[in-house]
Amino acid sequence: MDTVFSLLAISLGAILSNNFIFSQFLGICPFLGVSKKVDTAVGMGIAVTFVMGLASAITWVVNTFILVKFDLMYMQTVAFILVIASLVQFIEMFLQKSMPTLYTALGVYLPLITTNCAVLGVALLNIQNNYNFIESVVYGVTGGLGFLLAIVLFASIREKLVFADYPKNWEGFPIALVTAGLMALAFMGFSGLQVW
Amino acid sequence: MNLKKQFMDGLLYQNPVLVQVLGMCSTMAITTSFFNGLGMGVAVLIILTLSNVIISLIRKIVPDKIRIAMFIVVIAGFVTMVDLLIQAFLPALATSLGVFIPLIVVNCIILGRAEAFSYKNGVAASFFDGIFQGIGYTLVLLAMCIIREFLGAGTFGGGLLGPGGKGITILPSQFPIGMMTLPVGGFLVLGALIALMQWALNRPKKNKEESK
Repeated sequence: MDTVFSLLAISLGAILSNNFIFSQFLGICPFLGVSKKVDTAVGMGIAVTFVMGLASAITWVVNTFILVKFDLMYMQTVAFILVIASLVQFIEMFLQKSMPTLYTALGVYLPLITTNCAVLGVALLNIQNNYNFIESVVYGVTGGLGFLLAIVLFASIREKLVFADYPKNWEGFPIALVTAGLMALAFMGFSGLQVW
Repeated sequence: MNLKKQFMDGLLYQNPVLVQVLGMCSTMAITTSFFNGLGMGVAVLIILTLSNVIISLIRKIVPDKIRIAMFIVVIAGFVTMVDLLIQAFLPALATSLGVFIPLIVVNCIILGRAEAFSYKNGVAASFFDGIFQGIGYTLVLLAMCIIREFLGAGTFGGGLLGPGGKGITILPSQFPIGMMTLPVGGFLVLGALIALMQWALNRPKKNKEESK
């Protein structure tokens, strides 16, 4: 039961109270860049969730069985970014061959994910928090779901912003950042859940 | 090579954060105290300059198709070096920046400059581009830090100046809005700074149009 509760706590934390976007500032670039329409935001969110889950699993294995074993911890950053870059490339080729529909839906976003700091961030945080394999994967997937939730909510607000009346100099990124700031304020309300 | 243009581009017209809107994660996440901002800014400046030089040196022997992978390896190498140096000589900075030092690898500013500038230009130009873009980034970080620290904690120079390195108190403790040092403050202050920049950049154009 304890493990179930701890996994539940990790999931709730990653989705709500410690949301990657609103409280840890990881993955802001795609969050601001691909959130002009809800459809694209959903595509990006799903792609990120998928890659984050896989990347957490693989980097955990690489870290435990290669880096720690041969005492190469200082190579962590280089090793992780290479793993993530090749993983993204591999997923792209795999989807192109076997699931062309999914590939056309996600295609554009996949290369962008290599430089999404949420993916490298989740790999590093897993190690920092001493998570075991299952916890790492759960943290990766739920972190991705948190990203999906944040980007979809944000995109739907941003679509409505077109009709809003605000000073001309705030057009584009500034008004988007203010919106995101207010959303972060709302998400702060979830921090009460941390008592678990 | 036009040093003056590069200088003005890095600081104002092509400022990496305020105009190109790159490297947002670190800009918002770590700008809670003066010391953090300075440390992060200088770290990025050094890595950006070194990786710009190396990428500009190897740009003719790297095949076009794998250039992104090469860039990332070069950048990751320098980030690891700077990470280890900070851990060895500035452990306080290493704890307060935490995961954001290794995350410099995926800071879009460095990859963006590699792709947009040093892959196409000579070594000297790339070197100065790294320095000026780095200074532009550092200045924005410092501005964010000063505003957020002043409004959020009522101090100046946290982590560096004042008694116990806590910063010089400017506002009495009942006035600061604690929210500004939380994530919310990061979004709001950066939004306001970009709006200010858009206002400043649009103004001269309007004057010219009117004078026509």
